[in-house]
Amino acid sequence: MKPILTADKAVENINDGCTLMVAGFMGCGNAFTVIDALIKKGTKNINLITSDTSFPDVGVGRIICQNRAATLTASHIGTNPVSGQKMNSGELKVTLVPQGTLAERMRAKGAGLGGVLTPTGIGTAVQEGKQKLSIGGKDYLLELPLGAEFAFIKAEVADKYGNAFLPGSTKNMAVAMAMAADHVILEAEKIVEAGELDPEKVTIPGVFVSAIVKSTLPASNLQLKP
Amino acid sequence: MDPKELKRVRMVKRIAQEFPDGALVNLGIGMPTMVANYIPEGRTILLHSENGFTGLGPAAQKGKESQSIVNAGGQPVTIVPGGAFFDSNMSFAIIRGGHVDYTVLGALEVDMEGNLANYMIPGKMVPGMGGAMDLVAGAKNVIIAMEHVNKNGAPKILKKCSLPLTAVGEVDLIVTDMAFIRVTKKGLVLEEIAEDTTVEEVIKATEAPLHVAGKLGKF
Repeated sequence: MKPILTADKAVENINDGCTLMVAGFMGCGNAFTVIDALIKKGTKNINLITSDTSFPDVGVGRIICQNRAATLTASHIGTNPVSGQKMNSGELKVTLVPQGTLAERMRAKGAGLGGVLTPTGIGTAVQEGKQKLSIGGKDYLLELPLGAEFAFIKAEVADKYGNAFLPGSTKNMAVAMAMAADHVILEAEKIVEAGELDPEKVTIPGVFVSAIVKSTLPASNLQLKP
Repeated sequence: MDPKELKRVRMVKRIAQEFPDGALVNLGIGMPTMVANYIPEGRTILLHSENGFTGLGPAAQKGKESQSIVNAGGQPVTIVPGGAFFDSNMSFAIIRGGHVDYTVLGALEVDMEGNLANYMIPGKMVPGMGGAMDLVAGAKNVIIAMEHVNKNGAPKILKKCSLPLTAVGEVDLIVTDMAFIRVTKKGLVLEEIAEDTTVEEVIKATEAPLHVAGKLGKF
Protein backbone atom coordinates (compact mmCIF):
# COMPACT_ATOMS: atom_id res chain seq x y z
CA MET A 1 0.00 0.00 0.00
CA LYS A 2 1.21 3.49 -0.82
CA PRO A 3 0.53 6.57 1.28
CA ILE A 4 -2.37 8.69 0.06
CA LEU A 5 -1.44 12.29 0.79
CA THR A 6 -2.85 15.73 0.29
CA ALA A 7 -1.04 17.64 -2.46
CA ASP A 8 0.45 20.01 0.15
CA LYS A 9 1.83 17.11 2.18
CA ALA A 10 3.18 15.37 -0.92
CA VAL A 11 5.30 18.38 -1.92
CA GLU A 12 6.38 19.22 1.63
CA ASN A 13 9.94 17.97 1.14
CA ILE A 14 10.46 19.34 -2.37
CA ASN A 15 12.83 22.17 -1.63
CA ASP A 16 14.78 24.89 -3.41
CA GLY A 17 17.32 23.50 -5.84
CA CYS A 18 15.54 20.16 -6.28
CA THR A 19 15.56 18.15 -9.50
CA LEU A 20 12.04 17.53 -10.74
CA MET A 21 10.56 15.65 -13.68
CA VAL A 22 7.06 16.61 -14.80
CA ALA A 23 5.23 14.26 -17.17
CA GLY A 24 2.78 15.50 -19.79
CA PHE A 25 2.83 16.83 -23.32
CA MET A 26 1.79 20.41 -24.05
CA GLY A 27 -0.03 20.38 -20.73
CA CYS A 28 -1.96 17.22 -21.60
CA GLY A 29 -1.24 14.83 -18.76
CA ASN A 30 0.35 17.35 -16.39
CA ALA A 31 -0.38 16.77 -12.68
CA PHE A 32 -2.21 20.08 -12.21
CA THR A 33 -3.08 19.61 -8.54
CA VAL A 34 0.44 18.70 -7.43
CA ILE A 35 2.02 21.42 -9.58
CA ASP A 36 -0.35 23.94 -8.00
CA ALA A 37 0.68 22.81 -4.51
CA LEU A 38 4.36 23.16 -5.39
CA ILE A 39 3.79 26.68 -6.73
CA LYS A 40 1.98 27.59 -3.48
CA LYS A 41 4.76 26.12 -1.36
CA GLY A 42 7.14 28.54 -3.09
CA THR A 43 9.92 26.15 -4.09
CA LYS A 44 12.51 27.92 -6.24
CA ASN A 45 15.60 27.17 -8.31
CA ILE A 46 14.06 23.96 -9.57
CA ASN A 47 16.05 21.90 -12.02
CA LEU A 48 13.14 21.02 -14.26
CA ILE A 49 13.05 18.10 -16.67
CA THR A 50 10.03 17.88 -18.95
CA SER A 51 9.18 17.10 -22.55
CA ASP A 52 8.06 20.68 -23.23
CA THR A 53 7.09 23.75 -21.23
CA SER A 54 3.42 23.61 -22.21
CA PHE A 55 1.67 26.94 -22.69
CA PRO A 56 2.11 29.95 -20.39
CA ASP A 57 0.22 29.35 -17.15
CA VAL A 58 -0.92 25.87 -18.13
CA GLY A 59 0.40 23.04 -15.94
CA VAL A 60 4.19 22.82 -16.03
CA GLY A 61 4.25 26.16 -17.89
CA ARG A 62 3.49 27.82 -14.54
CA ILE A 63 6.80 26.65 -13.06
CA ILE A 64 8.53 28.63 -15.81
CA CYS A 65 6.23 31.66 -15.83
CA GLN A 66 6.30 32.04 -12.04
CA ASN A 67 10.11 32.04 -12.01
CA ARG A 68 10.55 28.79 -10.13
CA ALA A 69 13.02 27.07 -12.44
CA ALA A 70 16.78 27.64 -12.56
CA THR A 71 17.54 25.07 -15.23
CA LEU A 72 15.40 23.36 -17.80
CA THR A 73 16.00 20.16 -19.72
CA ALA A 74 13.36 19.77 -22.43
CA SER A 75 12.86 18.94 -26.08
CA HIS A 76 10.57 21.80 -27.06
CA ILE A 77 9.88 25.23 -25.59
CA GLY A 78 8.25 26.93 -28.58
CA THR A 79 4.67 26.95 -27.26
CA ASN A 80 5.63 28.85 -24.12
CA PRO A 81 7.38 32.06 -25.23
CA VAL A 82 8.37 32.85 -21.62
CA SER A 83 10.82 29.92 -21.68
CA GLY A 84 12.61 31.42 -24.68
CA GLN A 85 12.64 34.90 -23.15
CA LYS A 86 14.18 33.63 -19.93
CA MET A 87 16.69 31.57 -21.86
CA ASN A 88 17.77 34.58 -23.93
CA SER A 89 18.05 36.80 -20.83
CA GLY A 90 20.18 34.18 -19.09
CA GLU A 91 17.66 33.75 -16.27
CA LEU A 92 16.99 30.14 -17.23
CA LYS A 93 19.70 27.72 -18.30
CA VAL A 94 18.15 25.55 -21.00
CA THR A 95 19.40 22.24 -22.37
CA LEU A 96 17.48 21.10 -25.43
CA VAL A 97 17.38 17.34 -25.92
CA PRO A 98 15.79 15.46 -28.83
CA GLN A 99 12.50 14.07 -27.57
CA GLY A 100 13.30 10.41 -28.20
CA THR A 101 16.70 10.80 -26.58
CA LEU A 102 15.14 12.42 -23.52
CA ALA A 103 12.75 9.49 -23.12
CA GLU A 104 15.50 6.91 -23.54
CA ARG A 105 17.90 8.63 -21.14
CA MET A 106 15.26 8.49 -18.43
CA ARG A 107 14.39 4.91 -19.24
CA ALA A 108 18.10 4.03 -19.09
CA LYS A 109 18.31 5.49 -15.59
CA GLY A 110 15.24 3.62 -14.43
CA ALA A 111 16.31 0.40 -16.09
CA GLY A 112 19.81 0.36 -14.63
CA LEU A 113 21.57 0.90 -17.95
CA GLY A 114 24.78 2.85 -18.37
CA GLY A 115 23.39 4.87 -21.26
CA VAL A 116 21.97 4.48 -24.74
CA LEU A 117 23.46 4.67 -28.22
CA THR A 118 21.38 6.69 -30.66
CA PRO A 119 21.91 7.93 -34.21
CA THR A 120 19.79 10.99 -33.40
CA GLY A 121 21.85 14.17 -33.33
CA ILE A 122 24.90 12.88 -35.24
CA GLY A 123 26.43 15.80 -37.14
CA THR A 124 24.41 18.39 -35.18
CA ALA A 125 25.01 20.59 -32.14
CA VAL A 126 23.57 17.79 -30.01
CA GLN A 127 26.75 15.73 -30.42
CA GLU A 128 28.98 18.35 -28.76
CA GLY A 129 30.95 16.90 -25.87
CA LYS A 130 29.54 13.41 -26.36
CA GLN A 131 31.30 10.17 -27.10
CA LYS A 132 30.71 8.80 -30.58
CA LEU A 133 30.79 5.06 -31.20
CA SER A 134 30.70 3.17 -34.45
CA ILE A 135 28.66 -0.03 -34.28
CA GLY A 136 28.38 -2.15 -37.40
CA GLY A 137 29.63 0.72 -39.53
CA LYS A 138 27.08 3.24 -38.26
CA ASP A 139 27.78 6.15 -35.93
CA TYR A 140 25.94 6.57 -32.65
CA LEU A 141 26.07 9.05 -29.80
CA LEU A 142 26.44 7.80 -26.26
CA GLU A 143 23.65 9.45 -24.28
CA LEU A 144 23.88 9.13 -20.51
CA PRO A 145 21.16 8.16 -18.04
CA LEU A 146 19.02 10.99 -16.64
CA GLY A 147 17.46 10.77 -13.20
CA ALA A 148 15.75 13.13 -10.76
CA GLU A 149 14.84 13.36 -7.11
CA PHE A 150 11.15 13.80 -7.82
CA ALA A 151 8.63 13.11 -10.59
CA PHE A 152 5.02 14.28 -10.96
CA ILE A 153 2.84 11.82 -12.84
CA LYS A 154 -0.85 12.16 -13.67
CA ALA A 155 -3.18 9.16 -13.93
CA GLU A 156 -6.87 8.73 -14.48
CA VAL A 157 -7.09 5.81 -12.08
CA ALA A 158 -4.68 4.58 -9.40
CA ASP A 159 -5.16 1.72 -7.01
CA LYS A 160 -3.84 1.81 -3.46
CA TYR A 161 -0.69 -0.04 -4.50
CA GLY A 162 0.13 2.82 -6.87
CA ASN A 163 -0.68 0.90 -10.05
CA ALA A 164 -1.84 3.50 -12.53
CA PHE A 165 -3.85 3.76 -15.71
CA LEU A 166 -2.99 6.70 -17.93
CA PRO A 167 -5.45 7.18 -20.79
CA GLY A 168 -4.90 8.22 -24.39
CA SER A 169 -1.88 10.28 -25.24
CA THR A 170 -1.20 11.22 -21.59
CA LYS A 171 1.29 8.35 -21.20
CA ASN A 172 4.07 10.15 -23.07
CA MET A 173 7.09 10.64 -20.75
CA ALA A 174 5.27 9.43 -17.61
CA VAL A 175 6.42 5.82 -17.76
CA ALA A 176 10.10 6.71 -18.22
CA MET A 177 9.91 9.42 -15.52
CA ALA A 178 8.25 7.07 -13.04
CA MET A 179 11.17 4.70 -13.56
CA ALA A 180 13.87 7.41 -13.41
CA ALA A 181 12.94 9.44 -10.32
CA ASP A 182 13.71 8.61 -6.67
CA HIS A 183 10.35 9.84 -5.37
CA VAL A 184 7.33 9.56 -7.65
CA ILE A 185 4.20 11.47 -6.76
CA LEU A 186 1.24 10.04 -8.60
CA GLU A 187 -1.78 12.30 -8.97
CA ALA A 188 -4.96 10.41 -9.82
CA GLU A 189 -8.49 11.51 -10.64
CA LYS A 190 -9.76 8.36 -9.03
CA ILE A 191 -8.19 6.21 -6.31
CA VAL A 192 -9.59 2.68 -6.05
CA GLU A 193 -9.06 -0.39 -3.88
CA ALA A 194 -6.51 -3.01 -4.89
CA GLY A 195 -8.18 -5.33 -7.36
CA GLU A 196 -10.50 -2.68 -8.77
CA LEU A 197 -7.99 -1.62 -11.42
CA ASP A 198 -7.66 -4.45 -13.93
CA PRO A 199 -3.97 -5.54 -13.83
CA GLU A 200 -4.14 -5.80 -17.64
CA LYS A 201 -4.82 -2.06 -17.82
CA VAL A 202 -1.87 -0.90 -15.75
CA THR A 203 0.27 1.67 -17.59
CA ILE A 204 2.73 2.20 -14.72
CA PRO A 205 3.29 -0.52 -12.11
CA GLY A 206 2.96 0.68 -8.54
CA VAL A 207 6.52 -0.42 -7.73
CA PHE A 208 7.75 2.94 -9.00
CA VAL A 209 5.28 5.06 -7.04
CA SER A 210 6.05 6.72 -3.68
CA ALA A 211 2.79 8.50 -2.86
CA ILE A 212 -0.66 9.07 -4.31
CA VAL A 213 -2.54 12.38 -4.40
CA LYS A 214 -6.18 12.77 -5.39
CA SER A 215 -6.77 15.41 -8.07
CA THR A 216 -8.70 18.41 -6.86
CA LEU A 217 -8.20 20.55 -9.95
CA PRO A 218 -9.90 19.54 -13.18
CA ALA A 219 -7.77 18.50 -16.13
CA SER A 220 -9.64 20.96 -18.31
CA ASN A 221 -6.55 22.90 -19.15
CA LEU A 222 -6.27 22.00 -22.79
CA GLN A 223 -5.14 24.82 -24.97
CA LEU A 224 -8.19 25.03 -27.19
CA LYS A 225 -7.01 28.13 -29.01
CA PRO A 226 -3.47 28.02 -30.38
CA MET B 1 -8.79 30.42 -52.40
CA ASP B 2 -5.98 32.94 -52.65
CA PRO B 3 -3.07 32.13 -55.01
CA LYS B 4 -0.67 31.34 -52.17
CA GLU B 5 -3.12 28.85 -50.66
CA LEU B 6 -3.70 27.26 -54.08
CA LYS B 7 0.04 26.72 -54.45
CA ARG B 8 0.18 25.12 -51.02
CA VAL B 9 -2.68 22.80 -51.84
CA ARG B 10 -0.95 21.78 -55.06
CA MET B 11 2.21 21.05 -53.10
CA VAL B 12 0.60 18.96 -50.38
CA LYS B 13 -1.53 17.11 -52.98
CA ARG B 14 1.65 16.13 -54.78
CA ILE B 15 3.22 14.89 -51.55
CA ALA B 16 0.11 12.89 -50.69
CA GLN B 17 0.58 10.87 -53.90
CA GLU B 18 3.91 9.56 -52.61
CA PHE B 19 2.45 7.30 -49.94
CA PRO B 20 1.56 3.73 -50.86
CA ASP B 21 -1.54 2.18 -49.36
CA GLY B 22 -0.99 1.26 -45.71
CA ALA B 23 2.01 3.55 -45.14
CA LEU B 24 2.76 4.79 -41.62
CA VAL B 25 3.31 8.54 -41.88
CA ASN B 26 4.29 11.28 -39.44
CA LEU B 27 3.30 14.79 -40.49
CA GLY B 28 4.93 17.83 -38.90
CA ILE B 29 2.83 20.58 -37.39
CA GLY B 30 1.69 23.33 -39.78
CA MET B 31 1.62 22.93 -43.54
CA PRO B 32 2.66 19.24 -43.51
CA THR B 33 -0.52 18.46 -41.56
CA MET B 34 -2.52 19.50 -44.64
CA VAL B 35 -1.17 16.49 -46.55
CA ALA B 36 -3.61 14.24 -44.67
CA ASN B 37 -6.54 15.95 -46.43
CA TYR B 38 -5.39 14.90 -49.92
CA ILE B 39 -4.66 11.18 -49.73
CA PRO B 40 -5.69 9.73 -53.12
CA GLU B 41 -8.97 7.83 -53.32
CA GLY B 42 -8.63 4.14 -52.55
CA ARG B 43 -5.55 4.46 -50.36
CA THR B 44 -5.44 4.45 -46.59
CA ILE B 45 -2.50 5.64 -44.56
CA LEU B 46 -1.98 5.52 -40.82
CA LEU B 47 -0.77 8.69 -39.16
CA HIS B 48 1.70 8.56 -36.29
CA SER B 49 1.64 11.24 -33.60
CA GLU B 50 4.97 11.31 -31.76
CA ASN B 51 3.39 12.18 -28.42
CA GLY B 52 2.04 8.67 -28.30
CA PHE B 53 -0.29 7.10 -30.83
CA THR B 54 -0.95 5.76 -34.28
CA GLY B 55 -4.26 6.52 -35.96
CA LEU B 56 -4.17 10.29 -35.55
CA GLY B 57 -7.54 11.59 -36.70
CA PRO B 58 -9.04 15.00 -37.43
CA ALA B 59 -9.27 17.81 -34.88
CA ALA B 60 -11.86 17.17 -32.17
CA GLN B 61 -15.23 18.84 -32.62
CA LYS B 62 -15.86 21.84 -30.44
CA GLY B 63 -17.39 20.68 -27.17
CA LYS B 64 -16.33 17.08 -27.76
CA GLU B 65 -12.63 17.47 -26.97
CA SER B 66 -11.05 14.73 -24.90
CA GLN B 67 -8.76 15.89 -22.10
CA SER B 68 -6.40 13.04 -22.88
CA ILE B 69 -5.93 13.12 -26.66
CA VAL B 70 -3.86 15.88 -28.24
CA ASN B 71 -1.60 16.02 -31.27
CA ALA B 72 2.09 16.92 -31.18
CA GLY B 73 1.12 20.59 -31.23
CA GLY B 74 -1.07 20.23 -28.14
CA GLN B 75 -4.37 20.59 -30.00
CA PRO B 76 -7.32 18.34 -29.12
CA VAL B 77 -7.66 15.67 -31.79
CA THR B 78 -9.28 12.28 -32.33
CA ILE B 79 -8.03 8.74 -32.86
CA VAL B 80 -9.41 6.70 -35.76
CA PRO B 81 -10.44 3.01 -35.64
CA GLY B 82 -7.29 0.92 -35.89
CA GLY B 83 -5.21 3.35 -33.84
CA ALA B 84 -3.16 2.56 -30.74
CA PHE B 85 -1.86 4.56 -27.78
CA PHE B 86 1.62 4.15 -26.28
CA ASP B 87 4.24 6.02 -24.28
CA SER B 88 7.13 8.15 -25.58
CA ASN B 89 9.67 5.33 -25.46
CA MET B 90 7.49 3.16 -27.69
CA SER B 91 6.67 6.12 -29.90
CA PHE B 92 10.30 6.94 -30.52
CA ALA B 93 11.22 3.27 -30.89
CA ILE B 94 8.71 3.28 -33.75
CA ILE B 95 10.40 6.38 -35.17
CA ARG B 96 14.07 5.59 -34.60
CA GLY B 97 13.65 1.93 -35.36
CA GLY B 98 12.70 2.69 -38.94
CA HIS B 99 9.03 1.73 -38.63
CA VAL B 100 7.73 5.10 -39.85
CA ASP B 101 7.63 4.96 -43.66
CA TYR B 102 7.45 8.69 -44.33
CA THR B 103 7.89 11.87 -42.39
CA VAL B 104 6.94 15.25 -43.82
CA LEU B 105 8.48 18.33 -42.24
CA GLY B 106 9.01 21.99 -42.99
CA ALA B 107 12.48 23.49 -43.37
CA LEU B 108 14.33 26.73 -42.90
CA GLU B 109 17.12 25.48 -45.16
CA VAL B 110 17.97 22.27 -46.98
CA ASP B 111 21.07 21.61 -49.03
CA MET B 112 22.38 19.55 -51.95
CA GLU B 113 23.71 16.85 -49.61
CA GLY B 114 20.33 16.31 -48.01
CA ASN B 115 21.24 18.20 -44.86
CA LEU B 116 18.35 19.85 -43.07
CA ALA B 117 18.09 22.92 -40.82
CA ASN B 118 14.65 23.41 -39.34
CA TYR B 119 14.83 23.80 -35.59
CA MET B 120 16.53 27.06 -34.70
CA ILE B 121 17.82 30.47 -35.77
CA PRO B 122 20.50 31.32 -33.19
CA GLY B 123 19.57 34.35 -31.10
CA LYS B 124 16.12 34.59 -32.67
CA MET B 125 14.01 31.49 -32.78
CA VAL B 126 14.94 28.64 -30.48
CA PRO B 127 11.84 26.48 -30.01
CA GLY B 128 13.83 23.26 -29.66
CA MET B 129 13.96 20.23 -31.87
CA GLY B 130 11.10 18.35 -30.24
CA GLY B 131 10.85 15.05 -32.09
CA ALA B 132 12.23 16.36 -35.39
CA MET B 133 15.80 15.09 -34.99
CA ASP B 134 14.60 11.57 -34.18
CA LEU B 135 12.07 11.63 -37.03
CA VAL B 136 14.58 12.75 -39.62
CA ALA B 137 17.20 10.28 -38.41
CA GLY B 138 14.77 7.37 -38.15
CA ALA B 139 12.02 7.58 -40.75
CA LYS B 140 12.58 5.56 -43.93
CA ASN B 141 11.76 8.51 -46.18
CA VAL B 142 12.14 12.18 -45.29
CA ILE B 143 10.09 14.64 -47.33
CA ILE B 144 10.54 18.38 -46.94
CA ALA B 145 7.48 20.51 -47.66
CA MET B 146 8.21 24.22 -47.88
CA GLU B 147 8.03 27.42 -49.89
CA HIS B 148 10.81 27.42 -52.47
CA VAL B 149 12.19 30.78 -51.31
CA ASN B 150 12.04 32.63 -48.00
CA LYS B 151 10.05 35.76 -47.14
CA ASN B 152 12.73 37.95 -48.75
CA GLY B 153 12.74 35.89 -51.93
CA ALA B 154 16.09 34.27 -51.17
CA PRO B 155 16.65 30.58 -51.95
CA LYS B 156 16.13 28.01 -49.18
CA ILE B 157 17.65 25.17 -51.18
CA LEU B 158 21.34 25.84 -50.73
CA LYS B 159 24.74 24.43 -51.58
CA LYS B 160 25.37 24.19 -47.86
CA CYS B 161 23.05 24.93 -44.92
CA SER B 162 24.18 27.88 -42.81
CA LEU B 163 21.84 27.35 -39.83
CA PRO B 164 22.35 24.66 -37.14
CA LEU B 165 21.52 21.27 -38.60
CA THR B 166 18.67 19.02 -37.59
CA ALA B 167 20.26 16.06 -39.36
CA VAL B 168 22.97 15.24 -41.86
CA GLY B 169 22.21 13.66 -45.24
CA GLU B 170 18.76 12.37 -44.34
CA VAL B 171 16.48 14.29 -46.73
CA ASP B 172 15.11 12.24 -49.66
CA LEU B 173 12.65 14.60 -51.34
CA ILE B 174 12.06 18.34 -51.41
CA VAL B 175 8.63 19.45 -52.55
CA THR B 176 7.93 23.16 -52.85
CA ASP B 177 5.41 25.47 -54.48
CA MET B 178 7.67 25.39 -57.56
CA ALA B 179 9.40 22.04 -57.78
CA PHE B 180 9.67 18.36 -56.91
CA ILE B 181 13.33 17.59 -56.25
CA ARG B 182 14.95 14.28 -55.34
CA VAL B 183 18.15 14.19 -53.29
CA THR B 184 20.57 11.68 -54.83
CA LYS B 185 24.24 10.83 -54.35
CA LYS B 186 24.98 12.84 -57.48
CA GLY B 187 23.15 15.88 -56.13
CA LEU B 188 19.69 17.34 -56.55
CA VAL B 189 17.55 16.11 -59.41
CA LEU B 190 14.69 18.28 -60.60
CA GLU B 191 12.06 15.70 -61.53
CA GLU B 192 8.93 17.85 -61.77
CA ILE B 193 8.00 21.49 -61.86
CA ALA B 194 4.77 23.21 -60.91
CA GLU B 195 2.48 23.91 -63.83
CA ASP B 196 2.83 27.69 -63.53
CA THR B 197 6.62 27.86 -63.56
CA THR B 198 9.58 27.06 -65.82
CA VAL B 199 12.85 25.19 -65.33
CA GLU B 200 14.69 28.50 -65.67
CA GLU B 201 12.64 30.07 -62.90
CA VAL B 202 13.24 27.10 -60.61
CA ILE B 203 17.00 27.16 -61.25
CA LYS B 204 17.05 30.91 -60.58
CA ALA B 205 15.26 30.41 -57.25
CA THR B 206 17.63 27.62 -56.16
CA GLU B 207 21.18 28.20 -54.94
CA ALA B 208 22.24 24.54 -55.22
CA PRO B 209 22.93 23.17 -58.70
CA LEU B 210 20.06 21.13 -60.14
CA HIS B 211 20.25 18.23 -62.57
CA VAL B 212 17.15 18.35 -64.74
CA ALA B 213 15.60 14.92 -65.22
CA GLY B 214 15.44 13.63 -68.80
CA LYS B 215 11.70 13.23 -68.55
CA LEU B 216 10.50 16.29 -66.67
CA GLY B 217 7.06 16.02 -65.10
CA LYS B 218 4.55 18.69 -64.11
CA PHE B 219 2.30 18.91 -61.07
